[in-house]
Amino acid sequence: MNNALLHSNEDLAFADFAKQAYKLATLNYLKFFKMDNLSKLGLLAAEFTLAGKNWQERYTPDEVALCFSNASSSIDSDRKHQESIGDRSNYFPSPSVFVYTLPNILAGEICIRNGFKGENSFFIFEQFDAENMVNIVQQLFTNEQCKACVMGWINYDSEQADALCCLIEKSDNEKELPFNAENYSYLYFNTKPQ
Amino acid sequence: MSQLANELKTEIIKALNLEGVSPEDIENDAPLFGEGLGLDSIDALELIVLLDKNYGIKIDSAADGKAVFHSISSMVAYIESKK
Repeated sequence: MNNALLHSNEDLAFADFAKQAYKLATLNYLKFFKMDNLSKLGLLAAEFTLAGKNWQERYTPDEVALCFSNASSSIDSDRKHQESIGDRSNYFPSPSVFVYTLPNILAGEICIRNGFKGENSFFIFEQFDAENMVNIVQQLFTNEQCKACVMGWINYDSEQADALCCLIEKSDNEKELPFNAENYSYLYFNTKPQ
Repeated sequence: MSQLANELKTEIIKALNLEGVSPEDIENDAPLFGEGLGLDSIDALELIVLLDKNYGIKIDSAADGKAVFHSISSMVAYIESKK
């Protein structure tokens, strides 16, 4: 978080690690435990990013947009759903797995948790793509209503979790770090644990 | 009743990922939706699948579902009525 490592444990399964992170974030949100791993990762990333930012004091819920991307879409939950429908003699698809077979559900979970009502979107790229994401978010900011955007890269598949989340805000202050592809890339590639 | 009720509570906790809830926390006559466990519409669908998968019982109408899934006691009564 802002170049500081908050917690580390490479021996745990992701669901158990996420549970530790849930406790670290002092979240009291039982719906978290019903989410798939992609949404857990996104919700935790947003939770740590927004902690102490007091966005409610500066923006109304419809002034905050969300824009996320990844490479694996919702493949982890898609696979689980596929397994549950593969055998016609044991055909019991789980509704709670099926609802997570779209990646943008994680944006919805973050909106529900935080009360955001601005535009939200989710894009699939072959790999982390700073240029396209920055262009998309800059386009969002051309709308007067959009004053801030929670954006990032939230990728999860088969126990491999990779996330970047940040809060981008409109500002006239030229001393603020400019929002451009170079800086967004720097956040992803240079602050990532190796 | 008691054995089936306890079995059902364990199955529900597992199927619905009710973190931090034990069978002892669920009262037989307490409402499952709204107050009580605070279950939602996806949980209701999951309970329909649970009855079908574990007990071979299908819920045919929404009206039946509302009465059947009111509480553990009503679920137990419905399962026993179908035996």
